[in-house]
Amino acid sequence: MTQATTLTETTISELREIAGRYPEKRSGLLPMLHLVQSVQGRVTPEGIEICAEILDISAAEVSGVATFYTMYKRKPVGDYHVGVCTNTLCAVMGGDEIFARLKQHLDVGNDETTPEEQGKKSITLEHVECNAACDYAPVMMVNWEFMDNQTPDSAVAVVDDLRAGKEVRSTRGPRLCTWREAERVLAGFNDGLADEGPAAGPASLAGVEIAGERGWTAPVAQASGATGTEPETKEGAVAEADTSRAESETVQEKSQ
Amino acid sequence: MTDTLTPVLTDDWDAERSWTLATYESRGGYGALKKALTMPQDDIITAVKDSGLRGRGGAGFPTGMKWSFIPQDNPKPKYLVVNADESEPGTCKDIPLMMATPHTLVEGVIISSFAIRANHAFIYIRGEVLHVIRRVQAAVAEAYAAGHLGKNIHGSGYDLDVVVHAGAGAYICGEETALLEGLEGRRGQPRLRPPFPAVAGLYASPTVINNVESIASVPSIIANGADWFASMGTEKSKGYGIFSLSGHVERPGQYEAPLGITLRELIDLAGGMRHGHRLKFWTPGGSSTPLLTDEHLDVPLDFEAMAGVGTMLGTRAIQLFDETTCVVRAVLRWTEFYKHESCGKCTPCREGTWWLVQTLAALEQGQGSEGDLDLLLDQCENILGRSFCALGDGATSPISSSIQFFRDEYLAHLTGGGCPFDPAASTVWAPSLTKAGA
Amino acid sequence: MTTTPEKVETVTVTIDGIQVEVAKDTLVIRAAEQVGVQIPRFCDHPLLAPVGACRQCLVDVPDAGNGRGFPKPQASCTLPVADGMVVSTQLTSEVADKAQQGVMEFLLINHPLDCPVCDKGGECPLQNQAMSNGQGESRFASSGTGGVKRTFPKPINLSPQVLLDRERCIVCQRCTRFAEEIPGDPFIALIERGAQQQIGIAENAPFLSYFSGNVIQICPVGALTSESYRFRSRPFDLVSSPAVAEHDACGAAIRVDHRRGKVMRRLAGDDPDVNEEWITDKDRFAFAYATEADRIGYPMVREDGELRPASWTEAFAVAARGLATARAAGGVGVLTGGRLTGEDAYAYSKFARVALDTNDIDFRARPHSAEEADFLAAHVVATGPGGGGVTYRDLETATGVVLVGLEPEDEAGTIFLRLRKAVLHAGLPVRSVAPFTTRGLRKLDGTLIATAPGAETAAIAALDVDAGTIVLLGERLATVPGALTAAADLAARTGARLAWVPRRAGDRGAVETGCLPNLLPGGRPVVDAAARVDVATAWGLDRLPETPGRDADAIVAALTAGDLGGVVVAGVDPADTADPAATRAALEAATFVVALDLRASDVTRLADVVFPVAPITDRAGSFVNWEGRVRPFDQIFANPASLPELRILAGIAEELDAPLGFRTVDQVWSEMEQLGAWDGARATAASAAPAEPATAAVQAGDSLALASWKQLVDNGVMQAGDKHYLATARPAVAKVAPALAAALGDTATVTGDRGSVTVPVEAVDDMVEGVVWLPANSTGLGLLTDLASPGSRVTITGGAV
Repeated sequence: MTQATTLTETTISELREIAGRYPEKRSGLLPMLHLVQSVQGRVTPEGIEICAEILDISAAEVSGVATFYTMYKRKPVGDYHVGVCTNTLCAVMGGDEIFARLKQHLDVGNDETTPEEQGKKSITLEHVECNAACDYAPVMMVNWEFMDNQTPDSAVAVVDDLRAGKEVRSTRGPRLCTWREAERVLAGFNDGLADEGPAAGPASLAGVEIAGERGWTAPVAQASGATGTEPETKEGAVAEADTSRAESETVQEKSQ
Repeated sequence: MTDTLTPVLTDDWDAERSWTLATYESRGGYGALKKALTMPQDDIITAVKDSGLRGRGGAGFPTGMKWSFIPQDNPKPKYLVVNADESEPGTCKDIPLMMATPHTLVEGVIISSFAIRANHAFIYIRGEVLHVIRRVQAAVAEAYAAGHLGKNIHGSGYDLDVVVHAGAGAYICGEETALLEGLEGRRGQPRLRPPFPAVAGLYASPTVINNVESIASVPSIIANGADWFASMGTEKSKGYGIFSLSGHVERPGQYEAPLGITLRELIDLAGGMRHGHRLKFWTPGGSSTPLLTDEHLDVPLDFEAMAGVGTMLGTRAIQLFDETTCVVRAVLRWTEFYKHESCGKCTPCREGTWWLVQTLAALEQGQGSEGDLDLLLDQCENILGRSFCALGDGATSPISSSIQFFRDEYLAHLTGGGCPFDPAASTVWAPSLTKAGA
Repeated sequence: MTTTPEKVETVTVTIDGIQVEVAKDTLVIRAAEQVGVQIPRFCDHPLLAPVGACRQCLVDVPDAGNGRGFPKPQASCTLPVADGMVVSTQLTSEVADKAQQGVMEFLLINHPLDCPVCDKGGECPLQNQAMSNGQGESRFASSGTGGVKRTFPKPINLSPQVLLDRERCIVCQRCTRFAEEIPGDPFIALIERGAQQQIGIAENAPFLSYFSGNVIQICPVGALTSESYRFRSRPFDLVSSPAVAEHDACGAAIRVDHRRGKVMRRLAGDDPDVNEEWITDKDRFAFAYATEADRIGYPMVREDGELRPASWTEAFAVAARGLATARAAGGVGVLTGGRLTGEDAYAYSKFARVALDTNDIDFRARPHSAEEADFLAAHVVATGPGGGGVTYRDLETATGVVLVGLEPEDEAGTIFLRLRKAVLHAGLPVRSVAPFTTRGLRKLDGTLIATAPGAETAAIAALDVDAGTIVLLGERLATVPGALTAAADLAARTGARLAWVPRRAGDRGAVETGCLPNLLPGGRPVVDAAARVDVATAWGLDRLPETPGRDADAIVAALTAGDLGGVVVAGVDPADTADPAATRAALEAATFVVALDLRASDVTRLADVVFPVAPITDRAGSFVNWEGRVRPFDQIFANPASLPELRILAGIAEELDAPLGFRTVDQVWSEMEQLGAWDGARATAASAAPAEPATAAVQAGDSLALASWKQLVDNGVMQAGDKHYLATARPAVAKVAPALAAALGDTATVTGDRGSVTVPVEAVDDMVEGVVWLPANSTGLGLLTDLASPGSRVTITGGAV
């Protein structure tokens, strides 16, 4: 793990560049904080102050944002961030066991980092919430790249390879970069790896493959034809929408 | 009679380098855009209305109607924001779509923006999916290079800029006004409505916020016609949708089918529940939709039928759990999730989830009393509909529904002094999972 | 409202079965108040934008006005009424009552049970509403394995003054919304998330707002407290008295909470016409000065060169004897300062004319000019609300406001807040004639009319204004020849309205009562024979002195020259005067000095007779604020050790055989009422020549024009005694243009004709070239003593001397 460095003029101009992507510069704050992390390994008070200055808002406001989102870290993150999904489905499918095994193997608790060790990369371990890969449960994320269908043994093998500095590939993505490099991509700076990895994993293709085997397709488009009866009024639409929230909103809107 | 599975969005996912512009265009991609640019904008809105497309992000609000709420006499700029913050537990359809065929989304974004007269669109992708963000960023860059984005798109005089925005870890940003807050560089806490985003959304300007799958469906509607789309599905739940199967099923994955398919059909396609086990409970559309059981295998998976059995179609995130799974453990874990993700703005959700977790955790360990079950239901009643947004409502769904269907299992924890289940038996590598002969 | 009532569109709603007609867009929670129904609430505050966060105010709405009801309870603090709407509150709806009880229960599960030691206990909305709308027993403690409350290490400092006990906080966001919406100081914000969400500051960025104390007052629980008051008393042990803030010319309503003759704290009063519900931290926290150790407790007379205690009667006699002698030996001047009540000022005004036979009286204990006195007589005195005078409310409807020589955030906080409200809600355009864009002007989204000190006259003449514009003129303009005249010309030419905004609470009252060499009470010009006769008749005299008297500078000069024999000085700090050294020398040179003051000072140390005067709490009276609005207040404490000045002056006058005809505040008030305002011709102002324009850009080392004003929190004598409050002061810095700042380095020494000041340097992007700004009273004895007179030339060098 490299030590936190101060933010240079280059970084500051990149921060300004991010702010400039949006019609209103404050919109740049989330990616800007990702960029701060890519340089300093966490969101530092210095980073907060500089973002505040660039966006012309108070440091307290930036602090409020930096502490709201879980991807922003206040303690230095290791070379690799390993997240084990322990939301219900992954937990039941084995995520709890994977997480317990990694804690034991790495000798760290949740949201802790392995100590600096000569010749070894450091790892920050965390349990994470549902990462939208439930059909690949149990899922592990390394620097927010998918490591699908893990077992306790496979997870240990991944972290051992990472610590040893060996190249590890995402099961549905490219070879793994460092956490800081990943944060830079999240800030909107291209790393040229988009073309690595597959288009989709096997589970994503389950339905397509079955459809292919059985010759199922969507209907062929016709030039014209009768449409169904769709709701004509907002109330009708709401009555069909399946949340009471939407309904109360519409009533409220009408009462204006 | 349409086929059981109707791959449209998923159809290209197995194509070689499907994420590239070249592949997408070789399979007819951006044809709908060319067509749309020749259409009067209101006709596009009408087509989407006529298709019957309802929001694929969970709430099911008619997409075309949402677009028509944009006041075109408002002099402020209009914005399209794509909700790609897919975070609802169990939901895993938008992420593979953006990874495999990001151009479907980009093409949808361009057509939709053109229809609502937006010159600026944003794709808000949750930050925890790095490679998906790379693919969408690359697709947007390719689209610019090909003249699908930028100034005077294909000589139409229409300008559009698209920004790919990475979130930073907050389930609540899936709520559309919280997403706008995040996109404006603020804490992702929901906004007061009214004003509604259609009137005052991003930068207090008229804004349409649509789910990835909704927007990605637009090119197919434009290319094939509203009637084509409406020919699939049920009377009030039209078209196709991606059903995401996960959990104790032989072949988890994405199954694109007309709305109204039943779980029995889907499980059959997926090779049945894992060998030697039977379905115990499932979520029809993510953890925020009340649980169902094997009683509900034949209920059509559409908006109306799901509402008819007291739940919601939601995001069609079907999480399947077999009889090895402790429902109390499952519900506690979801409740911990809601506590973790509660934004903190309103009292019922912030404090209620804090309390729910404590009560449930005690029950899971066999502590507390039977009265705690009624207390849990009363807490849920005090959260549901009292919270600022739907997150609090969602937090109550697994609890209320699980007590409804599995009250005895809760009580068994109390009488047995702890959880009667072996968590190892539920894992993927549990010995019992091994197929016969394997 | 002073405007004609507009036709307000109304709707009819039914709340708990009672029909009521309310203005369109009224929130249900306030419509309910109109039928006498109090819906419990925490986040709701009528002066803050609705947020709907706490959910305590849920009501049932069986009919939204369209025949359809809401399926779930609605937050009444965010729901506007609609015609035909039917609302059932906790009083008539079980659904609403249960919803409210549920929310209350949630709020209490993590709230500590420390009410017995909490400052808020006894005046706590959470405590009160838990009693009125909550359940008797908690289900939390008996649920599961016994509820575990969230705890935090306590407390944390948001600023040197404001403390936060996080476990008490219910994150209603009143404080953060106040900070962002009202003063525009979002230095506190929501941080963390979910159950850990809390109020916080950024590292090394404390909540330094001039208005920070308001968050303590509006906190609906005991989460926010002040260092000054924390653990000092219980609300039910306190007696509350309404009062008026004495620190500036705004006339803010305050509430003084006291116990056994001691002020324990001050709060904002609620006056929609003036300060609404907000006050500055100075108004709130700066009251300990009145109980400092150097408070004068008895009259003193000088004997053998030393001051010794004396009885009131002896002191009256000695003062009278000395003044009589001085009156005979050239005369006696009267310096009244800006801190007097209107009644006391009237007493001085009458005392000067009746007992001392002189118009040598001036309240202006600061740089001033004859032009200013003329301007006050011609355009300010005897104007006020209802009589065409500019009011706070007028600021909200103006087409524009121009600030000249006035920095409202520092010098008139209540005006600052009202301007910000107008900017935010009505899009008021604000311009400021000043040398740089201040933090205050930025928060007003204002436009700078960059002007070097001394160049204001030309800037005013060049202003483009319409008849709807209001021009606010600071007292500092007295030092700029021609500026006030130019402003009057501008108003005459364009129809724009002017308002003069002095700094001190007693300034405007002194103008009204004639504490000026050219004015008698009620705006009567000294030079107008009919006006003199009017006053003389009322006072039962044959005649009044006929020629305008000496102003304060001339009184100082005459004392030094021996032309005046004596002087009566009321609470004047020589450091505030145009030439502090000259003022001190004059007091030393004066044959006879009578000082009336609260605390020992440079003046009392030189005086021959010293009278202890009653602090603001110990006497009734009134201030006249910048609008010309009379702000009366009652006596709070009875303390015989000191007297109101009018009573002291009456005692001396009786010994001089020139009785004033009053001894009490009430008597003075009736006399003033009877005399009333002058109905004759107003004084006219002679036009003054404009100043030379400011010089061009200069390099470091060359001379600079000195710009300065007093920051809100500074070394003023009436701010002493509360170290926590004083620790919130903005540090003293020298503000210069960026190029000069770069050349100077971190610190600089500024040198003027009276000395040098060394302070840190701050670069200000749009600072007018050739200008340096320093705070007037944040270093040493203040700039007037230590450096130079504002507007004069100074030099600057990098580093310390």
